[in-house]
Amino acid sequence: MYHSKKIIPGLIIFFLFMTFPFWFNIGGEAYVTPELVLPEDHENCIESVEFIRAEHMTILDQWRDAYVRDGYGLYESSLTGEMYAMSLTKTCMDCHDDKEQFCDRCHDSVSVSPYCWACHIEPEGVE
Amino acid sequence: MKSSRRKFIKMAGFAALGWSICPSLAGARNPNSRYFVEAERLTAQQWAMTIDTRMLTPEVIDAAIDACHSLHNVPEIEPHQNIKWIWTEPFENLFYDQSHPHLADAAGKQFLTLCNHCENPPCVRVCPTKATFRRTDGIVLMDFHRCIGCRFCMAGCPFGARSFNFSDPRLHLETIDPEYPTRTMGVVEKCEFCSHLLDKGQMPACVEASDGALLFGDLNDPGSDVRRALSERYSLVRKPKLGTGPKVFYLI
Repeated sequence: MYHSKKIIPGLIIFFLFMTFPFWFNIGGEAYVTPELVLPEDHENCIESVEFIRAEHMTILDQWRDAYVRDGYGLYESSLTGEMYAMSLTKTCMDCHDDKEQFCDRCHDSVSVSPYCWACHIEPEGVE
Repeated sequence: MKSSRRKFIKMAGFAALGWSICPSLAGARNPNSRYFVEAERLTAQQWAMTIDTRMLTPEVIDAAIDACHSLHNVPEIEPHQNIKWIWTEPFENLFYDQSHPHLADAAGKQFLTLCNHCENPPCVRVCPTKATFRRTDGIVLMDFHRCIGCRFCMAGCPFGARSFNFSDPRLHLETIDPEYPTRTMGVVEKCEFCSHLLDKGQMPACVEASDGALLFGDLNDPGSDVRRALSERYSLVRKPKLGTGPKVFYLI
């Protein structure tokens, strides 16, 4: 092999760089799912917990288009068959009325910063 | 088992037919099937407003502006960056081509003005993200989520009905109505004929607050308040020559 004295150390350095996140975090703490404060007076969310956990951002995105652009105002739950207003503040945050204890916990922990509340008003108003 | 080319093509044909029919049989399952409109929703082919200029007293004007701006969290900011959904202009500004030096008492009189919800809206045509669109009931609506703040619509609108948020509007609001979102910096906004109230079966806020000076109804319905007022009184619209088809009529 030509230039093996350069190529092999180069490959080793490249490999170490590529795997940096893995070996750097060895011995670090594992990810812990944040504890959420759930509303006490409700049995269920508008859909199953698994669905909401995975898809809440999709459902909100679809709601906003359906509400603003197509004029739909009500959503029928496939879990209970009940009708809910398609609204972040009037439906979701009517039960989950503490953003810090609910929304923020997961969002902070996974480092996402949705800008819903730049316009929509969280319960208990604005600072 | 022996298979001929002819038989293979036949089966492929049937399979294609089956695949094309089956999804529609299995579902009627479009993604919207869980969405419903409110039962009490008010509908029209073309919403329109009349403004009775004889009934526009300062009290009526203030009540209408206040009802709108407090409901929609519209801030009051220093003149050049102000946000306005409904505001006042003197006759000579609104109808400058109808104005002359000897116009009896009316030239300086303050009239209410707002988005005209044009039939052929230039703001919709120029919007690069389709954030502004025309609903089937004729309301020209903003989807604030989609606005990128390019302000083409402000250049396009011949009536100055649109305002741009140069800063966070919450800094300028003393009280916030939690029922309606505020906007954020870099978004354009305007009157939306209270489409969110119409969808819940209520009349626009300014109409409710105006003590009869503003009327609202379906322009295509001969029995509506708006059509009756238009048939009884002489009326003007702003800048008819531009051909945008304004739907706010001023009863003179």
